[in-house]
Amino acid sequence: MAKITMREAISQALMEEMDRDPAVFIMGEEVGVWGGTYAVTKGFYDKYGPDRIKDTPIAENAIIGGAIGAAMVGQRPVAELMTINFGFSAMDYIINQAPKLHYMFGGQFKVPMVIRAVGGGGRQLGATHSQTPDAIFAHFPGLKVVSPGTPEDAKGLLKSAIRSDDPVLFIEHATMYQVRGEVPEGEYTIPIGKSKVQRAGTDVTIVTYCKGLELSMKAADELASQGINVEVVDLRTLRPLDMEPVIESFKKTNRAVVVEEGWKSYGVGSEIVSRIYEEAFDYVDAPIIRVAQKEVPLPYNRTLEQAALPQVADIVSAVKEVLK
Amino acid sequence: MAETINMPKLGFDMAEGLLVRWVKQVGENINKGDILAEIETDKATVEVESHASGVVLQLIVEQGTMVPVNAPIAVIGAAGEKVDAPAATTALSKVESPKSDAAPAPQTQPTPAPTTQTSAPAETVVSGAALSESKGQPSAGPVKASPLAKKIAKDKNVNLASLQGTGPGGRVVRKDVESAIASGQPSAVSRPSAPTSIQPVIVSLDDKVVATTKLRQAIGRRLIESKTTIPHFYVTHEYKMDALMDMRKQINAYLPDNEKVSVNDFILKAVALSLRQFPNLNATIKGTEVIQFGHVNVGVAVTVPGGLMTVVVKDTDQKGLRQISGEVKAMAGRARDGKVKPEDVDGSTFSTSNLGMYDVEDFIAIINPPEAAILAISSAREVPVVENSAVKVGWRMKATISVDHRVSDGAEAAQFMQTLAGFLENPVRMLV
Repeated sequence: MAKITMREAISQALMEEMDRDPAVFIMGEEVGVWGGTYAVTKGFYDKYGPDRIKDTPIAENAIIGGAIGAAMVGQRPVAELMTINFGFSAMDYIINQAPKLHYMFGGQFKVPMVIRAVGGGGRQLGATHSQTPDAIFAHFPGLKVVSPGTPEDAKGLLKSAIRSDDPVLFIEHATMYQVRGEVPEGEYTIPIGKSKVQRAGTDVTIVTYCKGLELSMKAADELASQGINVEVVDLRTLRPLDMEPVIESFKKTNRAVVVEEGWKSYGVGSEIVSRIYEEAFDYVDAPIIRVAQKEVPLPYNRTLEQAALPQVADIVSAVKEVLK
Repeated sequence: MAETINMPKLGFDMAEGLLVRWVKQVGENINKGDILAEIETDKATVEVESHASGVVLQLIVEQGTMVPVNAPIAVIGAAGEKVDAPAATTALSKVESPKSDAAPAPQTQPTPAPTTQTSAPAETVVSGAALSESKGQPSAGPVKASPLAKKIAKDKNVNLASLQGTGPGGRVVRKDVESAIASGQPSAVSRPSAPTSIQPVIVSLDDKVVATTKLRQAIGRRLIESKTTIPHFYVTHEYKMDALMDMRKQINAYLPDNEKVSVNDFILKAVALSLRQFPNLNATIKGTEVIQFGHVNVGVAVTVPGGLMTVVVKDTDQKGLRQISGEVKAMAGRARDGKVKPEDVDGSTFSTSNLGMYDVEDFIAIINPPEAAILAISSAREVPVVENSAVKVGWRMKATISVDHRVSDGAEAAQFMQTLAGFLENPVRMLV
């Protein structure tokens, strides 16, 4: 298997799907001539031309609204949000239009579109451009929310997202484009809505996704050297949420830490912990701990920013706490 | 000023009582000491006396209602007096549906377990049992344990309260329960709940299904606890009863029929005097300590409809034969009539069970928790005995003591039995 970066994996997925299906096209800020803010669509403009690689004005509601219209008439747009924070400008389209049109019109329309959005902090982009608002989007039925943590999953899930007849919000992390991982050769897809055990263990379950996966795998390595055997379950999809591997793992370890980059309050971790208590109460041997971002708007200052974001050391100490 | 009558606590373990019948109705006059109501506990039906005089102003609960201990049941005051509202409302809110069986038995009808009859003389179930429920037991406060620990404990019949938790704040966690199971810690593995039959019971049309009484269920519960948590050992002794039989004959010649003393009355007195010399057998175990009771209250197992009860002669060692005899007769009578008083059955420190009237050679009894020992007394019979190398006829009686091995050993029990012989075989010692 080839070891490629997250950027290459996403790029490959887009290109393969564009080659496979002429209805697939890309629109967004700087996606064409510039090749994408994170260089994901570098070379696409030359290959596919301006009809399928569309640079847009700096107007997120126009990007998402336009994509919805295209999807409703049979295209498969992949709309890019330079950061997920800009998605707030298009909130009505993302929340109230794309996921609901199919229902509001009695199934007469489908909205087969993907919104690729860059989320997360750690690049000193300040409080308004560094957020992880995944839970907000995952709150609404009708919108699939995918957020992979490995190149393999990113590629396979993005291809499934593009083929999905429902709108999918595909959240990539701003600091993970250089993350390398093995990706199968050739054509493959990974189904949306399937969590995965990324590392098998016996003592404690870490439930996480996206950036949290990267941090948790490092924490698991560190803990392994101290004799603690961690199982890491990667959600990969926040909606529809697949709790089965989580519950199965928890029934084995009876202790869990949930790691997310977003804020703790009303967050993804809250949902996961509640589900575990609901579905596996009799297997709980210790209170479950959430590791999340400090409850402040993310600082610009690098030291403060790192202090506010969850770190490997936070996960390590949470695991030890939950094993007490 | 109106006074509230509360559900009395009739024994250590009583949490609630069934109000069977109101003897007095609203508007009736009542004097202090008059019977107000009849209450059924899992031990007995008991009459509740009023501790106030006046008029019955209000009966707060209906007949057939299960009422928690100390909840108000009635108000007594002057005629025409207004009843305080709060007394009534607090009670009513606690009242549960009538006849609700105390244990939330999951859809188990009192299961008929028709077959398993113990072959007769093996082990007679003797339990004053039903009566003085363990004093030493901690009240059932919530045990701090993880849900998983609780589940394992429930599945494996481990008593969580007996475990020392190693989790944060002393929380009992999985490994605490598992290591308790692994080590087979006797205190940890607790009573399987009473009416569980492991084999499914198949009831055919020829079989008769008999619902067990609350008393029978209580006996079952108590004796399972006893047999599964107390390491019993047994010592049997044969007593020469000739002198005692003679003395009884003499004494009874002077007594009216309804006051005649029984062999058992002599034995109770002898047991009490012997226990004075063996405080360790007049005791209970509490964790790592043995509590030697200050009083000698000998319990007497009495057969009653639906089971048996232990009536208690308080300070048996200090009472004369006739007084012991009179008290036992009165209490046994009340027990058989289902009218036992709480004080009749409470506070036993050592129990006895006598099957002498059924021509029994020997039997053993199950300890009545929280006591440390019980004496099983068989029939006094005329048998051939050898004395001075000659066979002659003599009165002999066997008795077997069952003792908690956590408290005492065989030697001490054997010496107790010898000391008892000193009294039974020289009964005049009991009269002075």
